[in-house]
Amino acid sequence: MTRKRVAVTGMGVVSPIGNTLDEFEAALQAGRSGIRKFEALAELNFKCQVGGIPQSIDSIATAYFDEEERMAMNNCMTYACIAAMDAWTDAGLELPERPASEVLWDTGAVVGSGAGGVETLGSRVVPLTDAGQVKRLGSMCVEQIMSSNLSAKIGGLFGLGNQVTSNSSACATGAEAIYMAAERIRNGQAERMLAGGAEGVSRYIWSAFDAMRVLARKFNDRPSEASRPMSASAAGFVPGAGAGVLMLEELESARERGARVYAELLGGAVNSGGHRNGGSMTAPNSSGVQRCITAALTDSGIDGSQIDAISGHLTGTFADPVEVANWAQALGRPPEDFPLITAPKSMFGHALGAAGAIETVATILMLRGGYVHPSCNCEDLHPEVEPYADSVAHELKELPDMQTVIKSGFGFGDVNCALVFRNSSN
Amino acid sequence: MDRDKIYERVVELVRPLSKNRTAVENISEDTSILEDLQVNSARLVDLILAFEDEFNIEVDDDAADSVKTIGDAVDMLAKQLG
Repeated sequence: MTRKRVAVTGMGVVSPIGNTLDEFEAALQAGRSGIRKFEALAELNFKCQVGGIPQSIDSIATAYFDEEERMAMNNCMTYACIAAMDAWTDAGLELPERPASEVLWDTGAVVGSGAGGVETLGSRVVPLTDAGQVKRLGSMCVEQIMSSNLSAKIGGLFGLGNQVTSNSSACATGAEAIYMAAERIRNGQAERMLAGGAEGVSRYIWSAFDAMRVLARKFNDRPSEASRPMSASAAGFVPGAGAGVLMLEELESARERGARVYAELLGGAVNSGGHRNGGSMTAPNSSGVQRCITAALTDSGIDGSQIDAISGHLTGTFADPVEVANWAQALGRPPEDFPLITAPKSMFGHALGAAGAIETVATILMLRGGYVHPSCNCEDLHPEVEPYADSVAHELKELPDMQTVIKSGFGFGDVNCALVFRNSSN
Repeated sequence: MDRDKIYERVVELVRPLSKNRTAVENISEDTSILEDLQVNSARLVDLILAFEDEFNIEVDDDAADSVKTIGDAVDMLAKQLG
């Protein structure tokens, strides 16, 4: 059976550098940081006191959702639902009336998070339960702590009747969601899918990473310099939050309805390194990473020579030089022939389960605009990345003929995802 | 407490949970909380918690189950408040 082709027809983003595509792209192009210092983290004795938190969310939420809807969502859900609403309207679709409209049996959603219910657990469920005040939890906690909280809420907003589920694969979640949703369309099981990820702001999530000593601790007085992927002075990632949601659509039906097509999702892959050969709960097995990248190329019907740019996972940890070497090996592109590479986390930090989705939005904006956005704070490249120096986008790189770009997401648990997008004019 | 005052507070507390704005605008003691206001049935427990907070009382399950309309809520609360 011929597999269907998948178009990206809409995008929504909530991020520390902007909550509309225009704001987000302007910041991307300018290399503008969304990392700030938060005194609340200092007061709680966090070693890392900087982070990427979306701003001005309340006013958007008030405009988009009624009071009951706002009361029943934690911040992770609010981010996800704003991004989903924006992706929907960006795709040129009318927002259905809630709850009166018909069920859309051919439309579904895969939207996940790394730890989407933790804020509700920490701020309400645990303290009230431990205080013997179970009754006071009310009706709104379960829908906030169930692992399917994001997709369940989004399904109700739009009346989705196809598969509605939430995946979770740590920092690969957002990218994996896009892969899973695309597969549904490619297999002819759905016509449209909302796909992406979200992560809320929660001291109960960030504290656990802080305790692991994997967060940036040395830049509390210089927040905009704290996220340093590929830098010799990188010493941990900067925690972030937000959401990215794409509207994926079967290409022919998208064209039939006259939808604008941002890009075609050519293909992708997901796998795991199995915690072997250097892989562990917290480190990637390079063989697994390389296999994932080559599988994504094969699935897309292209080879490594056709990749014009890489939007890396690149977090600002010891894993960055290993990731760059893995890209070179998997693409068959030695340093002298290496494509342009950039690290979106350098501007807005690591949004965990949302990262792959927010950064896919950035990737598609680059592809559409014919540029590679700056990778900030790596003037002092790590010695192992130095051979690739000419390929690192220290500033905005115009690339008007860019045709194909690859986006990766790698996560705790030794899990990997790679997605290949092509300019939709082909 | 004055019954009219209880009624006013009940209306304010049910308003944010209501999905039918027209029914909210035309609210009366006969208005059904689930059918007319289209409050999600799961949210009735939140409404009872809101009553408890507002009037500093405790509502037992039987009393909570008796509330179908705005008037039922006012009756239940008036009884509790003596």
